[in-house]
Amino acid sequence: MGEPGTKEVLSLEELDAAVGVRTGRKHIVSILVENKPGVLTRIAGLFARRGFNIDTLAVGPTEDERLSRITLTLDGALHPIDQVTKQLHKLVNVLKIRDLEPEETLARELALFKVSADGPARAEVMSICEIFRANIVDVTRRSVVVEVTGTCDKIEAFEQLVRPFGLIEMARTGEIAISRGRAET
Amino acid sequence: MRAVDALMECLKAEGVDVVFGLPGGANLPTYDAFYDAGIRHILVRHEAGGGHAAEGYAKATGKVGVSIGTSGPGATNLVTPICDAMMDSVPVVFLTGQVRTELLGTDGFQEADTIGITMPIVKHSFMIQHPLEIPRTIHEAFHIARTGRPGPVVVDIPQDLSRADINYEPVTDVHLPGYQPTIDGNQKQIRLAAKALANARRPVIYAGGGVINANAAAELTELVTADRFPVTCTVMGLGAFPAPHEQWLGMLGMHGTRAANYAMDEADLICAIGARFDDRITGKLDEFAPRAKFIHIDIDPAEISKNVPAHIPIVGDARNIVPRLTAEYRSLEPESSRLEEWWSRIRSWRERHPLRYEDSKDSEIKPQYMIEALYEATGGDAIVTSDVGQHQMWTAQYFHFSRPRRWINSGGLGTMGFGLPAAMGAKVGCPEETVICVAGDGSVQMNAQELATCSTDGIAIKVFVMNNGYLGMVRQWQELFWDKRYSQVEMSQWPDFVKLAEAHGATGMRFEDKRTLVEDIRGALATEGPVLVDVRVTREENTYPMIPAGQPARNMVG
Repeated sequence: MGEPGTKEVLSLEELDAAVGVRTGRKHIVSILVENKPGVLTRIAGLFARRGFNIDTLAVGPTEDERLSRITLTLDGALHPIDQVTKQLHKLVNVLKIRDLEPEETLARELALFKVSADGPARAEVMSICEIFRANIVDVTRRSVVVEVTGTCDKIEAFEQLVRPFGLIEMARTGEIAISRGRAET
Repeated sequence: MRAVDALMECLKAEGVDVVFGLPGGANLPTYDAFYDAGIRHILVRHEAGGGHAAEGYAKATGKVGVSIGTSGPGATNLVTPICDAMMDSVPVVFLTGQVRTELLGTDGFQEADTIGITMPIVKHSFMIQHPLEIPRTIHEAFHIARTGRPGPVVVDIPQDLSRADINYEPVTDVHLPGYQPTIDGNQKQIRLAAKALANARRPVIYAGGGVINANAAAELTELVTADRFPVTCTVMGLGAFPAPHEQWLGMLGMHGTRAANYAMDEADLICAIGARFDDRITGKLDEFAPRAKFIHIDIDPAEISKNVPAHIPIVGDARNIVPRLTAEYRSLEPESSRLEEWWSRIRSWRERHPLRYEDSKDSEIKPQYMIEALYEATGGDAIVTSDVGQHQMWTAQYFHFSRPRRWINSGGLGTMGFGLPAAMGAKVGCPEETVICVAGDGSVQMNAQELATCSTDGIAIKVFVMNNGYLGMVRQWQELFWDKRYSQVEMSQWPDFVKLAEAHGATGMRFEDKRTLVEDIRGALATEGPVLVDVRVTREENTYPMIPAGQPARNMVG
């Protein structure tokens, strides 16, 4: 049953105000899981149920063929993230969870950009690619496809620079991360 | 041997002596195996009844309950019991049939994505993908259901895989690398908690259903009586401490006693054991126990500091931790007299605000009196189940539970229709005990069909319907908070509960006179077989006292 105060009609502004506070801190969460059916759904469901918006998600094999690593990023969590990491720990197929500290973490992302590049624009695009150590992986008469690897910031900076030329499409993998030093992530 | 025959072997190896279920197309192989497996199978009339019966069995016996349904509608009918078992941490294994693997994902006849539907409400679930997985999976399911914080586990078995011929080898070890519940409490934290208790001037011990799940009631009593600690229990924890007792404050929470709620409000230290600071306990969270520090003992680390920040968290099993806490506390030899002032304050609340109601002057049966009469007629020696609503709260208030696993109700999910099938399961698990169900006239209708199961299988439960002709708790809220605009709460005079009982092969009775009520109840309890009694009570009685939702405990009304 609801609260007695609910007899008063709530305004939409009040409702928005109650959920509108964001911490603003970005989290990179690295989750080591068993390769079992449904494990991704279980994890995604836990985040969704608690109102967390997953910004990026990357899943892939690890050095152990029985395990996969899920790296996900959350931008501006609404609530302290420890409640959801504790819940993740309870999932039977989850072995390890790290909310990675940005300064102790190497995070990389790969992105593909399809950019309009005909005539004189092509040379400019190519020089930007050189600065960013990006590779041109496909060329047609009117466009190029560029592969960029780096931090999220670097990819966003590249996007800003090529957008004026005509950004036809962009695809990003989402960040994957590993801890610095000898210790395991 | 067929995979389903291996399944039977696994159930037997897990000590399963009874299951509650209903067959269908997708679990025909399983039912063929039940034909001569030597496991008692109770054929329920609705899967939800079977699921709640398995919960009642598990709660009464402490063993894992087993509930079985077919694919599609069989599985969706189990959704409510699964969620109920999750919310109240009840160990139940749900075995659902599934369509043949070639039909999966094609909207085949009676296909539902059982694993997907139940994912947010299970402790864990397994979709069988190969027949050879079945034995190990069954043992893993029981292991997960029963250990750590108990809960429901679903195993979904496609029909064709269950027919496969496999080379069955018994599985004796279960190893789940991602599932290692913490049992042992941290010694340093326990020592800190003991010191905090020894220094507290206004302590309260607040115990929940976790104490019962951990079979730690005796250990709790040891701790409470190691000094003159006041103790209160949640609705799930009743029976964890033997009531009545001079240190017993009564239940706390929305319809708890003033002594318990005021003590929480003014406490300087609250020691929570197997309880989770639910909103029905805290009321307005910002103003909950404003002066208190918190010790929080729980087997589930995700409960620690979820609602209320714990100053001394201790993760582990209550049965492991509480005796060590008691020993540490005793070794400090604290001066008991420091609690004298606190007790005089508590005593004054108790004297000024006992649980009370205005009894009728004639033959009218007040609902509170009905519970007192049940307590008197049984001498308190019964397993009592309930549905959800006013009758549940009155039973919690007026029936004094002195032992664990005697009070079985749906606390977290608040499931109407829980009580009757839960009583059925409890009676199957504890055939020597008197098992009564206190039901509402609204909620009993949600699973009344199980009376036929009780008649068929000779399960002699005694159901007492507290009949006020209303969905009473909703009516109470409409009266108190919604200007008495009674919207869709009047239940009319139908069904005739006596005839309903008789139609199901049970004995039907109707009690309307307070003066003979205790004797009448004794008569019902002495009647053989299942009995359903229509007890006509005051129509518009409110459950008091009450913390209006969203308000602090000190604002209790009534």
